[in-house]
Amino acid sequence: MSKAAPLERVSPSPMLASTVRPSAASIDAACEPLVHIAALEKIYATKDGESIHALKDVNLDIASGEFISVVGPSGCGKTTLLKILAGILARSSGEVTMEGRRLSGPSRELGVVFQAPVLLPWRTVLQNVMVPVEVQKRDRRTFEQRARELLRMAGLAGFESKYPGELSGGMQQRVGICRALVHDPSFLLMDEPFGALDAMTREQMNEELQRIWTASRKTVLLVTHSIPEAVYLADRVVVMTPRPGRIVDVIPVDLPRPRTLAMHNTPEFGRFVARIRAHFHSVGSLDT
Amino acid sequence: MSKVHRFRVFANVVLLPLLTFSAFVGGWEAIVRLFGISKIVLPAPSAIALAFSDGLLSGDFVWHLAVTMYEILAGFMLGALSGLLLGFIVALVPLAERILYPYIVAFQTVPKVAIAPIIVIWFGYGVSSKIVITAMIAFFPLLANTIMGLRATPHDQIEMLVSCTASRWQVFIMVRLKQALPYIFVGLDVAIVLAVIGAIVGEFVGAKAGLGYLILQKNFNFDMAGTFAILIILSAIGVGLHAIVSLLRRRVVFWMDTSGDQVMGA
Repeated sequence: MSKAAPLERVSPSPMLASTVRPSAASIDAACEPLVHIAALEKIYATKDGESIHALKDVNLDIASGEFISVVGPSGCGKTTLLKILAGILARSSGEVTMEGRRLSGPSRELGVVFQAPVLLPWRTVLQNVMVPVEVQKRDRRTFEQRARELLRMAGLAGFESKYPGELSGGMQQRVGICRALVHDPSFLLMDEPFGALDAMTREQMNEELQRIWTASRKTVLLVTHSIPEAVYLADRVVVMTPRPGRIVDVIPVDLPRPRTLAMHNTPEFGRFVARIRAHFHSVGSLDT
Repeated sequence: MSKVHRFRVFANVVLLPLLTFSAFVGGWEAIVRLFGISKIVLPAPSAIALAFSDGLLSGDFVWHLAVTMYEILAGFMLGALSGLLLGFIVALVPLAERILYPYIVAFQTVPKVAIAPIIVIWFGYGVSSKIVITAMIAFFPLLANTIMGLRATPHDQIEMLVSCTASRWQVFIMVRLKQALPYIFVGLDVAIVLAVIGAIVGEFVGAKAGLGYLILQKNFNFDMAGTFAILIILSAIGVGLHAIVSLLRRRVVFWMDTSGDQVMGA
């Protein structure tokens, strides 16, 4: 049973806001990483007997508390990587360890946000957020309070007993994020969570996510096809290219935190974006 | 403003249907009288109404109605429950599907009406043969819809649950069963209407009581008004039972606002 940590208030406290988090580059190499991925391969067999090399020789260490963005054009295997880490997809070969243990399936220490909100239409907003708590048979009373607090943070106070069908797409996605956080997982996996949102809501959600991350010190792996989003949020940006899906670059982003939306227009920010984009130019995939 | 709106609703819901119904019945009555159509061919609405009230007041209809209702409900329960049960087994146990499914399909392609005479010989002229025939007809819609429903769960919902460490059993209880409910209710709706047909067909083949038996009797006596009166009762039973199932569906499957338009296995 994991501790039910009370949620830190997210109203940006000056203390938290001024803390510059250690970037991945500064983390001691000897320090045991939270997630260790070595020589990971994934080969899908299609119906007509062909095989697709979705992931090829993927190596990555993720430190505890680190924010990793994974960018790449569609078909580069980034969602496959996320599903393998979530324990819902088997790997073909290679090694994945989490806190030193070999990954063999889903973990209670994980929270996953999917591309679609994936809410259950017969459950209210609050009941949807409580799904992981019910599945993992955690104490309902303690976590219900936490769920209500998360919903309040996500701007969904007053919607607890509404059904998903009564919510807008952006609100549904926020419910999905609350659900991923409710059992206080130490590792958050997000698969293009804001892909379906309009640009304005998306930027707002990015700010929100940075606040939550700053306050809760979770490890996050965010899969996205938006390069600015990846740079804005990450300690390190992992760049992937397709056919076969592999990591071509890992770029530490040492922009100071907390980052503001205005930073999008600074030359430093632009340099990171340009460096990442160059990788896609070089492989000729320009759909990002 | 609101008064005008209320009147519109009243006009649409009450006045319009009442008007068209009156015009239909009035026209019918007028044609029968004007052309002097024999009551053996087509009885006038007034004659049907008379036969209806006679049948009810003499207690004649009530007994036969009770017998037929018993056959419909008992047959429906038996057929629906076994269809549901077998549907669960087939959907959840792959081996059972491989073994049973060919027989199930073969059984469905046989017209139940054609088996009815055999069933009457096996189970006698009493209510039990009608219950068996009704059950056979009500069985398949439930079976087909239960199987389809249990397979209808979107893959992403299962992935979501598995990612937070749900077991197979939890996935079944928390999503697959819920996703099957709309389909099961479509099956119930089809089955309850077919159950009425099943009971009447059973009684036509050979019976000692029931509304189907009564129709045959009235037909032999050229009592067309009486036959029409029973037809009214039968359609009222169908409409009433369908309404009950629909009401239940709206209560249970409240998150689906589409009405039961995906009819399968009928």
